[in-house]
Amino acid sequence: MVRPTTEQIWDWLDGVPDPEIPVISIVDLGIIRDIQWQGDALEVTLTPTYSGCPATSVIELSVSEALQNHGIDAPRLKRRIAPPWTTDWLSPKGRAKLEAYGIAPPNPAGGPARCPRCQSQNLARISQFGSTPCKALWRCNDCLEPFDYFKCH
Amino acid sequence: MGRSDGVDLMQPTDDEALFEFLLRMGDTTLLLGHRLSEWCGKAPILEEDIALANTALDLIGQTQMWLGLAAEVEGKGRSADDLAMLRDVWDFRSALLVEQPNGDYGQTIMRQFLFDMWHLAQLRGLTHSTNARVKAIAEKAVKEATYHAERSTDLVIRLGDGTAESRAKMQAALDLLHPYIGELFTPDAIDKTLADQGVAPDPSTLRPACDAILQSVLTQATLTLPDSRFAHQGGRTGARHSEHLGHLLTQMQWLQRAYPGAAW
Repeated sequence: MVRPTTEQIWDWLDGVPDPEIPVISIVDLGIIRDIQWQGDALEVTLTPTYSGCPATSVIELSVSEALQNHGIDAPRLKRRIAPPWTTDWLSPKGRAKLEAYGIAPPNPAGGPARCPRCQSQNLARISQFGSTPCKALWRCNDCLEPFDYFKCH
Repeated sequence: MGRSDGVDLMQPTDDEALFEFLLRMGDTTLLLGHRLSEWCGKAPILEEDIALANTALDLIGQTQMWLGLAAEVEGKGRSADDLAMLRDVWDFRSALLVEQPNGDYGQTIMRQFLFDMWHLAQLRGLTHSTNARVKAIAEKAVKEATYHAERSTDLVIRLGDGTAESRAKMQAALDLLHPYIGELFTPDAIDKTLADQGVAPDPSTLRPACDAILQSVLTQATLTLPDSRFAHQGGRTGARHSEHLGHLLTQMQWLQRAYPGAAW
């Protein structure tokens, strides 16, 4: 078979959803750090988001499956922890999709820029720890809806 | 630990010292992660339940990294899981503070605050480690510990400077747990070896800054620091664990004890 280019593989992996926030891909999330052919073996380097994130092993499984569906039988998956994952690695596409889905994207100011539903800036933090390790729980004081905020990390 | 074959106890080899240090980090985060998970499903309010479970996850994730590296350094073919689930009390190197039971919610939060304060200082020090692997783990963990410390500090202030009942519970928790923090800042031969090599900070150098934070937070929380500097010792060295550790292990390790090698 003709060896697919790494660009092609990046594209394939952009079709693999994050298991906990399926509207964004694992490429959007910034955890795929490197894709390289080492001879005939494909090596994919991943950087986990949070140390104990239970999604990490699910993600590794999804990556292997996606590659096998495209005929790459035994991809080598490497975990790299340094430099540590940061929300700066979220893609602009991923940030826009998060907001459309109702999760406020990370913001250097340390809190959401606006309510993802009504755009109000009148917000209050409910809890620094939300439904997953990467999210905090906020509420809009205008539309009164609670929402997730993807924490800066 | 392989120390019985005529090796001078005061002079650990570099790898032995590093292994011990990694166990101290990993066992301490493991036990606190386990303690916090004991609250899962029964914390006072939903947000706190979630926060505790998330903190527990972070700590257990960090444990996988510390004990994973410990297993590599040891080089005897054991895994992080083997170290966590198949050792008994005397081989643990956990700080006494995190062995203490959850108690009431005030006690859990006070233990967390005292731990976070030390943990954050320790991890910040370790981000300058001369050991690249230790440095990498610290750089990852310090981001998580920053959130933990922010939350436990807020809660200690909120509950201390709260109702008469919440204040009384927080003061009782502080009086109970304060004698367990001294151990975290007391160096032994292992710590000295690692400090000389620049692998880890000398624990005693972390104390002044931690004391300053402690004093400032407790003042805001209207709580009084106990006069005595008495400190229980023996968890990090493994010489004398608290009775609680054995009970904790019977829960944490029962599955691997009852069904050795079970996996799913």
